[in-house]
Amino acid sequence: MDFLTILQILDSTLRLATPLLLTCLAGLFSERAGIVDIGLEGKLLAAAFLSGAVAYTTGSIWLGLLAGVAASMLFSMLHGLASITFQGDQLISGVALNFLAAGLTVVIGQSWFRLGGRTPSLPTDARFGEWNLPFSDAMSKIPAFGPAYDELISGHTALTYIALLAVPISWWVLYRTRFGLRLRAVGENPSAVDTAGISVVRLRYIALIIAGALCGLAGTYLASLAAGFVKDMSAGRGYIALAALIFAKWRPWYALSATLLFGLLEAVGNRYQNIQFLDFVELFSLLGFAALAVVLAVQIIRVALSTISVRDLAKPFIACLSVGAVLVATTAIRAMDLPLFGFALPVQFMQALPYILTVVILAGFIGKAIPPRASGTPYVKER
Amino acid sequence: MQAMPKWADAILIPFISLLLAFILSGLMIMAIGKDPVVAVQTMVQGAFGSTNGLGYTLYYTTNFIFTGLAIAVAYQARLFNIGGEGQVMLGGVGVALVCLAIDWPHWAIALPAAMIGGAVFGAAWAFIPAYLQAKRGSHIVITTMMFNFIASAFVGYLLINFLKVPGSMSTESAGFPDGAHLPNFHDMLAPFGIEFSANSPANIAFLIALLAAVGFWVLIWKTRLGFEIRSFGASETAAKYAGINPVRITIIAMLISGALCGLMAINNVMGEAERLIDNAPEGAGFIGIAVALMGRNHPIGIVLAALLFGFLVQGGAELNLWESIPRELVMVIQGLVILFTGALDNMVRRPLEKLFLALRKAKEA
Amino acid sequence: MVVTTSQGRQTSAAPSSPQTASMSDPLAIELRGISKAFGPVQANKDISISVRKGTIHGIIGENGAGKSTLMSILYGFYKADSGTVLINGQEVQITSSQAAINAGIGMVFQHFKLVENFTVLENVILGAEEGALLKPSLGKARKLLQQLSDEYELSVDPDALVENLSVGHQQRVEILKALYRQADILILDEPTGVLTPAEADHLFRILQGLKEQGKTIILITHKLREIMDVTDSVSVMRRGEMTDTVKTSETSPEALAELMVGRKVLLEVEKTPAAPGTPILEVENLTVVDAQGVIRVKGIDLQVRAGEILGIAGVAGNGQTELLEVLGGYQVGTGVIRMNGEELDLTGNASDGQSRREKGIGHVPEDRHDEGLILEFSAWENIMFGYHHDPEYQKNGLIMDTAKIKQIAYDKMERFDTRPLNEKLPAKSFSGGNQQKIVLAREIERNPDLLLIGQPTRGVDIGAIEFIHQQIVALRDQGKAILLVSVELDEILSLSDRIAVMFDGKIMGERLPAETDERELGMLMAGINNGADAAQSGDA
Repeated sequence: MDFLTILQILDSTLRLATPLLLTCLAGLFSERAGIVDIGLEGKLLAAAFLSGAVAYTTGSIWLGLLAGVAASMLFSMLHGLASITFQGDQLISGVALNFLAAGLTVVIGQSWFRLGGRTPSLPTDARFGEWNLPFSDAMSKIPAFGPAYDELISGHTALTYIALLAVPISWWVLYRTRFGLRLRAVGENPSAVDTAGISVVRLRYIALIIAGALCGLAGTYLASLAAGFVKDMSAGRGYIALAALIFAKWRPWYALSATLLFGLLEAVGNRYQNIQFLDFVELFSLLGFAALAVVLAVQIIRVALSTISVRDLAKPFIACLSVGAVLVATTAIRAMDLPLFGFALPVQFMQALPYILTVVILAGFIGKAIPPRASGTPYVKER
Repeated sequence: MQAMPKWADAILIPFISLLLAFILSGLMIMAIGKDPVVAVQTMVQGAFGSTNGLGYTLYYTTNFIFTGLAIAVAYQARLFNIGGEGQVMLGGVGVALVCLAIDWPHWAIALPAAMIGGAVFGAAWAFIPAYLQAKRGSHIVITTMMFNFIASAFVGYLLINFLKVPGSMSTESAGFPDGAHLPNFHDMLAPFGIEFSANSPANIAFLIALLAAVGFWVLIWKTRLGFEIRSFGASETAAKYAGINPVRITIIAMLISGALCGLMAINNVMGEAERLIDNAPEGAGFIGIAVALMGRNHPIGIVLAALLFGFLVQGGAELNLWESIPRELVMVIQGLVILFTGALDNMVRRPLEKLFLALRKAKEA
Repeated sequence: MVVTTSQGRQTSAAPSSPQTASMSDPLAIELRGISKAFGPVQANKDISISVRKGTIHGIIGENGAGKSTLMSILYGFYKADSGTVLINGQEVQITSSQAAINAGIGMVFQHFKLVENFTVLENVILGAEEGALLKPSLGKARKLLQQLSDEYELSVDPDALVENLSVGHQQRVEILKALYRQADILILDEPTGVLTPAEADHLFRILQGLKEQGKTIILITHKLREIMDVTDSVSVMRRGEMTDTVKTSETSPEALAELMVGRKVLLEVEKTPAAPGTPILEVENLTVVDAQGVIRVKGIDLQVRAGEILGIAGVAGNGQTELLEVLGGYQVGTGVIRMNGEELDLTGNASDGQSRREKGIGHVPEDRHDEGLILEFSAWENIMFGYHHDPEYQKNGLIMDTAKIKQIAYDKMERFDTRPLNEKLPAKSFSGGNQQKIVLAREIERNPDLLLIGQPTRGVDIGAIEFIHQQIVALRDQGKAILLVSVELDEILSLSDRIAVMFDGKIMGERLPAETDERELGMLMAGINNGADAAQSGDA
């Protein structure tokens, strides 16, 4: 695999990961507050539809964005009504919202546009434009870094950059602000929050509003990318985001890695119908090695700043080494041309991998994913 | 203390919830500029007005009885099996493998074999989430949901790489042999001199579904296993006191649930399509959740709710045809029904409980 | 000032007036005529208490006496039906936890209200943050924690995760939370229930320190010794009423025990002397460690013989529950238990509950609602519950004979005088006494060799109590062994042929009912053994 191919795969990874990341963060805020949200899929769909419809009608994607966020928030509030106010089953509410969104988007779409549930195609100026970062043309001449800058870092829409920014912001809000502290507390032990004199109901509604807004962004992104709404266009992304959330153990930075990984799987699946096993392992160990090297570098800086201890380096160091070993082994096997490894991975394997990985994580075979302790249960004031 | 009489809980609350869902659906139809009365007429006419329509209605009903029972049996043990969709898909694989295995001499031999194939595959697909829940505490809602997607990819892979007819463009298996053709209502009713549309897909699987409903009733209310499942669902601490093994019950309840989902494939795969196609369940696994909810996890309720949803799906198709209202309207109605009968239960229940308490006080006074 | 030692006074004792001594000390809390009912249950009846500033005031009473309800009213969880609350002489309306906090009240709940995966600091500031950002609050809290840990013995690592702390340290975090909110009045609800004796002593030193700083402390407990050790004054609650308020220095554990347990109209049970036969149940060196790692039963030995009732007395939470659970087969234990000479499996296999029944052990659990019955199920289903594998109940290998089970259930209910006599009604629609009769009918009618019975008359009306007692004695007279656990001393005294007192997971002593009285048992229940048989608990 040459450098440019890898760049192109990474570029489309980022494109595919953007809606996942936004939706995953939406789920993160919701579940951190103790509300399980399997209605993410429905919110995505509702937002994609209304943003597409409004963007087409007004010619402005920004108005579309507002409408998308509003639609998603409306669904969020319905979820809140059922699961917070009426203390209903959060899972059932989520299932219901997914049905509602899948139906309403087509019924209303047909009524408005008579295109079988599609919205008309969005003209270019009713979509998000790609932001070409400064000097991308000029820099593209520089070897290695130039194309990477041009291809990968530059040339995405505003929402991709917003999604990436949302990661540190979410982290900061969750771990550095009063609101974040209370939000996390209400998902772990609402009675602790209640006895401290804070309203559990209010906190949970706010969390759902944030989740609605983030899903709204993600839905709008989908509509803009596909130049309009198509029936069922979320295509299970809400569920993948949910899987990513578990994979990320409900943490923002991990959410970024999980959605990038799932985006990468989708990108590879899109590009190759059947990828050679060795190519697959090589690509992933190469990228994994690079990513871990960056993590290791960051950790070393933190050790230097003495925010963490040297002992915390062990894990990333070992991970980096083992991935590196896999990379070397792959190259060796390729050189030896061992027949055992000369098979191809089907595209369906790539599609299923995010879910398989999530089940493995859930089963606790690789690290344990412990959800916020109060998630899924309505808060009933006890005596 | 009971705030409400039993009938109010079993009948009144679902009825009011359903009514609310239908009123909102009616408003929805008006909002898109159609006449709800005409829509209802069209739906009823399309679903029950001809043997052809009735055949489709009962065909869908059959699907939903199977999945509704499946979700309900798990729910009796308070396990939320959201993976019906995947289990139905795998059941389809089981049925297809059996049907394609040999040139079946007669459907009466092929059917039991196919039933075993479907049930075993469906149960196997439910086993892993059940095991993970029972032994490792992995939340069964999430794992079964993940298994839906894994099933979809897996079945797609099997179809394209193994089952597809070489050279064919469509991702579907070869047609089943004639000996695996199930008698449809036309064949079944002809000896009695009843004329039933030959083109409608309702088939003998409908009777199997009704039998399954009876079997469900026997299992849950007449056997020790059913008693243990219900006890475990009602109170885990009491079940522990009585010496009921939670791991065993969790796994068995999910195996039965998966098997019932797998059995659905004798209707849609063997009875209707007569070959394995991609995405054969068409959401029946999810609709099973609504059916079980509406039917209050009781076989009679489930059969009635399945009929209601069968009517909605078939009537929705007719709406699409005659009134150019998209069939997705049915999904809206389904969503509303799930929302009101399931998640917003307390919205209906709380005022009713107050009402009944007030009535009782007035009576006592 | 009245110290009630005579038995006659208690029944007539009216809610006592505020303390007469030291009128110069201002009152920190004054409750006047607080009443609260939950449906038909009167949890608090016209309760008045006054607590002087800078004192430790104890509230003592059995489970269900209404202590926690009263404190929940004070912390704004419930609204009292009537009555007023005065804090520092000012009438206040406590409508929410926030209002209670604002009034200077801090509460340490029995079940801590902590976020387990937060650090100590984060827990302390939660809800009382200084501003939108955490940093300043955390800094301030850190300083204050340092100061408090120097002043009192309240040292906790501020950066430790709460889930990694011992229970005693978690409790300190709760106290720190209250102090951070500048509480002047600290309420502790059963604070030592989960503490080791050393941790409890530490807690009391902390409380003394706080008292010296002028804080007012209310200690809710059912443990006599704590009251005697640390409080200045004590109120006794019984069945929703305040039976008396006394100065601790002017009372004794015996007097309090009597006030607490009360002297009901003694339900004399007609019974002949026991004729004990061979040992049915033998327990040797049984130890139980619960899921939280707390040692609940500490190497006890006991024996129940055929044709006798062994009564286990003790204040709730001293290991009796766990003892029953191990015997019933759903709790893990170590040691040896022999039933009819056969050793039982104590590893807590899921099916042990089943095999215990097959070996002839019947079990009426302490908690009728959560364990003994499935409230939504009909009476006949509850009567086969646990015995549903019995061949008698089956039509064939697969199908249960429900008609027959209903008939059997009806007969059993009839013999146990269950009302209404309708086996099809759900268990939840029976009264407490009739629910208990259903459980007893199920267990006794199986004719077990050994009947384990926990709190047989908790929440049961007087009429049913007598009937239940008769049934237990009748079973004994058939030569069956009975292990009775009860927190009601009367019940223990009138039913048992032999009494063992449990305290802190150990058997404090064994007595014959004829040779002992409530006072002596009360002392044993409080962990005070006058040396007569101190060695006994030790020779395991």
